[in-house]
Amino acid sequence: MRLVQGNEAVAEAAIKAGCRFYAGYPITPSSEIMHFMARKLPEVGGIFVQMEDEIASLAAAIGASMAGMVSMTATSGPGFSLMQENIGYTAMTEVPVVIVNVMRAGPSTGIPTAPSQGDVFQAMYGSHGDYPVIVICLADVLDSYLLTARAFHLAEKCRTPVVVLSDEIVGHMRESVTLPEIESIAIDENGKAERPEMPVIGRDPDVYYTGLASEDGRVISDLDEYDRLIKRLYRKIGGVASCKIENGDADTILFTYGSTYRAAKAVIKVADVGIFKAETLNPFPERELRKVAKKASRIIVPEMNVGKVVKEVERVVYGSCKSCEVISVATHRRIDPFTILEAVEMAGRV
Amino acid sequence: MSEYFAPGHGACPGCGLTIAVRNTLEALEGKVFVSNSTGCLEIISSMYNRSAWGVPYIHSLFENAGAVAAGIEAALKALGRKDEGHVVVFAGDGATADIGIGTLSGMFDRNHDVLYICLDNEAYQNTGNQQSGLTPPGANTTTTPAGKIMPGKLGRKKDMVSIAVAHGIPYVASASVAFPMDIRRKVKRAVEFEGAKYIQIHCPCVTGWGIQGKDAVPLARLAVETALYPIVEFENGELVKVRKIKDRKPVEEYLKPQRRFRHLFRHPEGKKILEMIQKIADENAKRYNLDI
Repeated sequence: MRLVQGNEAVAEAAIKAGCRFYAGYPITPSSEIMHFMARKLPEVGGIFVQMEDEIASLAAAIGASMAGMVSMTATSGPGFSLMQENIGYTAMTEVPVVIVNVMRAGPSTGIPTAPSQGDVFQAMYGSHGDYPVIVICLADVLDSYLLTARAFHLAEKCRTPVVVLSDEIVGHMRESVTLPEIESIAIDENGKAERPEMPVIGRDPDVYYTGLASEDGRVISDLDEYDRLIKRLYRKIGGVASCKIENGDADTILFTYGSTYRAAKAVIKVADVGIFKAETLNPFPERELRKVAKKASRIIVPEMNVGKVVKEVERVVYGSCKSCEVISVATHRRIDPFTILEAVEMAGRV
Repeated sequence: MSEYFAPGHGACPGCGLTIAVRNTLEALEGKVFVSNSTGCLEIISSMYNRSAWGVPYIHSLFENAGAVAAGIEAALKALGRKDEGHVVVFAGDGATADIGIGTLSGMFDRNHDVLYICLDNEAYQNTGNQQSGLTPPGANTTTTPAGKIMPGKLGRKKDMVSIAVAHGIPYVASASVAFPMDIRRKVKRAVEFEGAKYIQIHCPCVTGWGIQGKDAVPLARLAVETALYPIVEFENGELVKVRKIKDRKPVEEYLKPQRRFRHLFRHPEGKKILEMIQKIADENAKRYNLDI
C-alpha cells in the first residue's frame, strides 16, 4: 500500500504499459502528469518533450507514434479544445495515441482549479466529421492506474485515439492503494512497439500517411468507398464498451461515470440502490444499460455539468423500455453523497 | 499609489510583474486598453471582487492576446476612436514566445498600432514553474528537472527581441524592473511610433526562481550587470541605444543566489553549463557593445 495521487497514477501506469514518449504543455490541473513524465521517462530511456502549445503536443505524440513509439499527451479543457483537429487526424490515419484530459470548469479559462465533467461531449464528439474515439472515464486513483493502462492497450489494438477523462477531483485525489502489476505492450530496447499491421517510419519503406480520407495509403474520393471506410473505423471500436454493475437488481440505479462513482459508493451503503459505473462513454455501454433498465423503476444520473450524458442514458433507456424513468442530477458543485441521496429520497417519494 | 493598477492584488511580495505593469500604465497616464494573456498577471490581478485594474481590461486566452489587440485596434481605427487610448498587451514569456507567437507574429506582420509588452519571468510560473522558450539555459524547472541525467534546461533562451526586430516593426526594446524610469521612457517613446511595438521586460519571480522578495530588484540589476539580460532599443530596425556596463560581473554572481541555478554549483556537468552561460553573456556584451 502506498499513498498515490490520481495524476501520478496515470503517469505511472502509462510508463508501465509501455509508453516511452510524452509531449505536453503546462496546464492546471493536469501538470503533475507532465512533471512525473519529465522526471521518470529519461530514467527508462523514454523521451519527454515540452511543446509550445497543445496543438503541437498532440501532433508530436502522433508523429512519435507513427515512428513506432507508444506515446501520449495530457491536458485540461482549454488545451483539449486546441487538440481537437489532431484527434480527428489520428482517428483518420489510424495512429494509436492516448490523450488524457483532467477536466476543469470551463468554458474558456473558466475556473482552473475547480472540477467539472463539462468536457464529456467534447471528448466524445469534439473533432469535425464522423470519427471513432474511445473515451474512458476515471473514478479514483486505482482507476487512474488500471484504466489508463487499458487505454494504451486499446489504442494499440484498435489503432485509434483513446481519450482518458479524469477531473480535478480524481487527478488531485490521494489514496492509499496497492497498484498491481500491469501488462506492458511489447516494446524493444529503443521503446518501439512491434505494430506489424501499421506502417512505421524508419522501419517500412512505403510509409504514406495522409489526413485525407484514405484506405491502405490510397486517397478516397468515391463516396460509397468513403462510407465503407468510416463504418469500418467505427466497427473497430464497437466491442470495447465497458461498465461495472453493483447491486444491479435494485429498483433505483445510479448511473455514474468518473468521480461521481465515488459519491455513489457512499450512497449504496445507506440506501437500497444499485450502481451502473460506465468505464467507457465511447462506445456507450448500451447493451448492459438496457438490461439494467428492464428491471429498474428509475435511473438517476448525477453529473458535474448541465446534464449531458443523461441524454445518452435517456436515448438508450427510453428507446427500449417504457417503465423506467431517467432522472438527471446536474450541478456544477462537487457531487457528494448527500446530493445523490437527496435525489434518491425525492424520487422515492413521488 | 497608482490608480491604474491598485494595491491589494494577489502578487507575491517582490513580484516583478507589478512593477512593470504599474510603470507602463503610469507612463501612459492610464490612457490604455489592456489585453492580457492567461498567466500570472491575470490570476493575481483579477481575483473575485478584487480586480486591481483601473483601466479597461480584457483578459483574452493564452494564445490570442496579439490577435485580440489587433481586433481592438482595427475597430478603434474604423470607429474613429483611436485618440481614446493606446492598445497595450501584457503577456507572459510563455504566452509570447511559445503558444502565442503565431498571433503575435500576425499582429507584427500587419503592423497594428499596438504596444505589446512581454513580462518575462522566464518560465510558466502560474502553473508551477515549467520551462518556456524564454527560460535561460541551466535553469531547474518542473519540466527540466535537474538530476543525474539532465542538468536543467539544455536549450538557449529564445531571442524574442531579434524575432521582433526581424518583423520590421518600428520599435523594439528590452527593459528590466531594476530600472523603472527606463521602462517609463521606453513606453512613452514606443507609443510615438505608429505601428506595432514590442518591449520585453525582465521580471524576477520570487517562487519560481527561488529567491527572497527583497532580492528581486537587486537580482534583476545583476542580470543586466552580467550582460545576461542586455538592455537594448531599436527604432525602425536600427539599434539606437544600449545600457552600457561598467566592470561587467561574472555570471556566477547573478546565478548563485537563485535556487533554480543552485545545482549548477554541485552537478558534475555544472561547470560546463556555467562556462556556457558565461559565453552567452560575453557574446551579448560583444554583440551589443555593452562594456565601457
